[in-house]
Amino acid sequence: MIRIFSFLAGLFFAAALAWSLVLGTIGLSHDGLPHTVEKAFHEHPHAPAGGFSFDGGFGKFDNAQLQRGFQVYSEVCSNCHALRQVAYRDLAAIGYNEAEIKAIAAKAQIPVYDPKTGEVKSHKGLAADHFPPVVYAGQGNPPDLSLVAKARHGGSDYIYSLLTGYTNQPAELLKKFPEAKTPDGLHYNPYFANLNIAMPPPLTSDGQVTYSDGTKATVDQMAQDVAAFLMWTAEPKLDKRKQTGWTVLGFLLFATVLGYMSYRNIWAEKKGH
Amino acid sequence: MADEAVIGTEQGEGVRRRDFINIAAVSAAGVGGLSVLYPLISQMAPSADVLAESSTEVDISAIKPGQAIKGMFRKQPVFIRNLTPAEIAAANKVDVGSLRDPETLDQRTKPGKANWLITMGVCTHLGCVPLGAGEGETKGEFGGYFCPCHGSQYDTAARIRKGPAPKNLEVPPYEFTSDTVVKIG
Amino acid sequence: MSFPWANDYKPSHPFMVWMDEKLPLPRFVYNAVGGGYPVPRNLNYWWNFGFLALICLGIQIVTGVILAMHYAANQGVAFDSVEHIMRDVNWGWMLRYAHANGASAFFVVIYIHIFRGFFFGSYKAPREMVWLLGVVIFLLMMATAFMGYVLPWGQMSFWGAKVITGLFGAIPLVGEPIQHWLLGGFAPDNAALNRFFSLHFLLPFVIVGVVVLHIWALHIPGSSNPTGVEVKTESDTVPFYPYFIAKDGWAAGAFLLAYCAMVFFFPNALGHPDNYIPANPMQTPAHIVPEWYFWPFYAILRAFTQDFLIFPAKLMGVLAMFSAILVWFLLPWLDRSPVRSARYRPLYRKFFYALLVDAAVLGYCGGSPAEEPFVIISQIAAMYYFLHFLVILPIVSSIEKPDPLPYSITEAVLGADDHAALAAKA
Repeated sequence: MIRIFSFLAGLFFAAALAWSLVLGTIGLSHDGLPHTVEKAFHEHPHAPAGGFSFDGGFGKFDNAQLQRGFQVYSEVCSNCHALRQVAYRDLAAIGYNEAEIKAIAAKAQIPVYDPKTGEVKSHKGLAADHFPPVVYAGQGNPPDLSLVAKARHGGSDYIYSLLTGYTNQPAELLKKFPEAKTPDGLHYNPYFANLNIAMPPPLTSDGQVTYSDGTKATVDQMAQDVAAFLMWTAEPKLDKRKQTGWTVLGFLLFATVLGYMSYRNIWAEKKGH
Repeated sequence: MADEAVIGTEQGEGVRRRDFINIAAVSAAGVGGLSVLYPLISQMAPSADVLAESSTEVDISAIKPGQAIKGMFRKQPVFIRNLTPAEIAAANKVDVGSLRDPETLDQRTKPGKANWLITMGVCTHLGCVPLGAGEGETKGEFGGYFCPCHGSQYDTAARIRKGPAPKNLEVPPYEFTSDTVVKIG
Repeated sequence: MSFPWANDYKPSHPFMVWMDEKLPLPRFVYNAVGGGYPVPRNLNYWWNFGFLALICLGIQIVTGVILAMHYAANQGVAFDSVEHIMRDVNWGWMLRYAHANGASAFFVVIYIHIFRGFFFGSYKAPREMVWLLGVVIFLLMMATAFMGYVLPWGQMSFWGAKVITGLFGAIPLVGEPIQHWLLGGFAPDNAALNRFFSLHFLLPFVIVGVVVLHIWALHIPGSSNPTGVEVKTESDTVPFYPYFIAKDGWAAGAFLLAYCAMVFFFPNALGHPDNYIPANPMQTPAHIVPEWYFWPFYAILRAFTQDFLIFPAKLMGVLAMFSAILVWFLLPWLDRSPVRSARYRPLYRKFFYALLVDAAVLGYCGGSPAEEPFVIISQIAAMYYFLHFLVILPIVSSIEKPDPLPYSITEAVLGADDHAALAAKA
């Protein structure tokens, strides 16, 4: 009984699928495989030459680079993008001392709602405060950058590629997809998911920031540095995670080998298995 | 049980070596299990944001002699009180040696600012908030603070005089950043 | 029940004797996972995954209870509370990554455990109840995992909650009221987040309960084994302790190595980047997919693109997706072959491998965008999936001529079993 019923149920599902399949195939033979401008011209993010210092199992953050990246964020990105998951005190991890952190925080105005007066007042930033929200009234919605390196496929490679990837729309693209011309107010960038991004190129010229450590601030260098910095804001515990990981794996390997030897011991006389 | 399984045809050295491996394997598992406990336990300790709890700045210009306000430090009330000369005199008159927790008013205030008594508003008995800082609240038998939970009485220097509390109200770390602003913490 | 030659629990210390009279818990443990439980001696490494699943459940419950100490189930702060765990709580990053990857590890182990059952016929009499309880555990796991994924309140959390509860909207007449009842609103919001958190905390303990029943039901006939031949004599078995404790122990070490490598070096590899974007009810991510362990079922859901007879495509997809798991409940009665192990079933073995490939293809399609050629491939694969269980298995089990079975487990292991042969003659 169960089997007769199951047999019919199986055929029912198969028939429904076959019906979808036939109609789908007819449709496909008409339209062909989807061919979109994104599929044809989207490029996958790539790492900067030499990669990032934190790549790989033993990679670590480079504090000098993170501080340069923080400078780029503060002078360029922070005009439109917030960093609300990060607190000023967190900057100690990239090598700033207490006095420097206080000075950095004091430059910010932290809005506070005063329930007595009903007004939003602000106070000078303290080390314990998080980076304040950024008010942006222009076109597009600049995302918060705290987690952006984990919120995009490709992570820091994506940020680097996007920042250095602005270019003119290829003539070939316009020939194949004449309707795909970048709309006014948007900017062509092959690393962006739909190829047209609202953000104007943020890093435009060498020397846009002046690094205090003397590093030459080329566009490529600034893009790398800020990409590294944003990886840190997204995953501040990366160094500790890998370091702990090696200890844990080392111990587990040792314990597993002992466990295996013990298993061989105990089974020694039951061989034949 | 393990012994029965391990003792095969070989005896002596071989057996001892085999026992050793089994014991080592079980010990390694034990060490691993115990080390996992460390993060599992320490996660309950105060987190980084709590430890970084900022210092509070309080504007004291509006506090007239005889008045007090409540501030907040580490998520707990802190009493800032402008003592009247009479209250200062009363505090100084007390024989320090007779106190449960001997301290003078001068030890509990900053030099030259003896009228500014800044203490935690946390009873040293079991942590209730004593009365006496708010407008119209009872100040207890000794004119300082009175804890309604279990009846501890504090004097005008917030020293314990009567009741179950063992210590004077705690004085938090603070400094005057100007004549009208005090930074607690 | 146990085999007559099972070791008897004999407490020697006076305290243990006293304990045995008052509360025979040590006796219970001894008979369940100690020297008192005889196990077929020929179990291979595929039999370790039940124990590994237990480890996963333990990891998930311990890390989960701890995360719940720091997590806040409120749509305004849930996302930030997870970041608080990642940044400020002592070892919070490790505990959260252990929990997130623990879910994936649990499903890897469970899928291997299930396919071991498919291959070696573990669902057959007298172990039908073990199998049925196992399917119940799997369903509970899926519900728990789904609700857990909603808790961080990222984009994928939100849209996953919306899409999956939307499935219930496919039910004729009562669908929409049920959907609104499940969510406590018209779209996922605070009410949904809070109840998902509550149930996500509760269900693992329900799973523990069903796991106890699963193991209890297993202990009545005893464990199956790779030959599928039932235990005949004492020489077919060894006591669980120390033999299988040692084997499970070192296998657990090997498993933890792989698991910790994921936790510490590729913690986000199995997650989706969009879930690091806070939930935004106004914008759907470009490509929404569930976690990888749901992909095969998600592919079946999406394979139904056309209305069929009187059945709307949406209803068919939902029906098929749930049926894809529910058919497992019928498995002991669909496969009627008296031979359990696929080792001795040449024809069934071919279809088993086909199912394995089919599940992988469905998984790949389920994780890909809903466009051609993935839709067509998943339609073919879904067709095979249903035909495999509902049509092919019953036919194969009646027409197949199995290979000769070994006389006993001991014979399969040692080549000869004089003891059992003598017993059989007498």
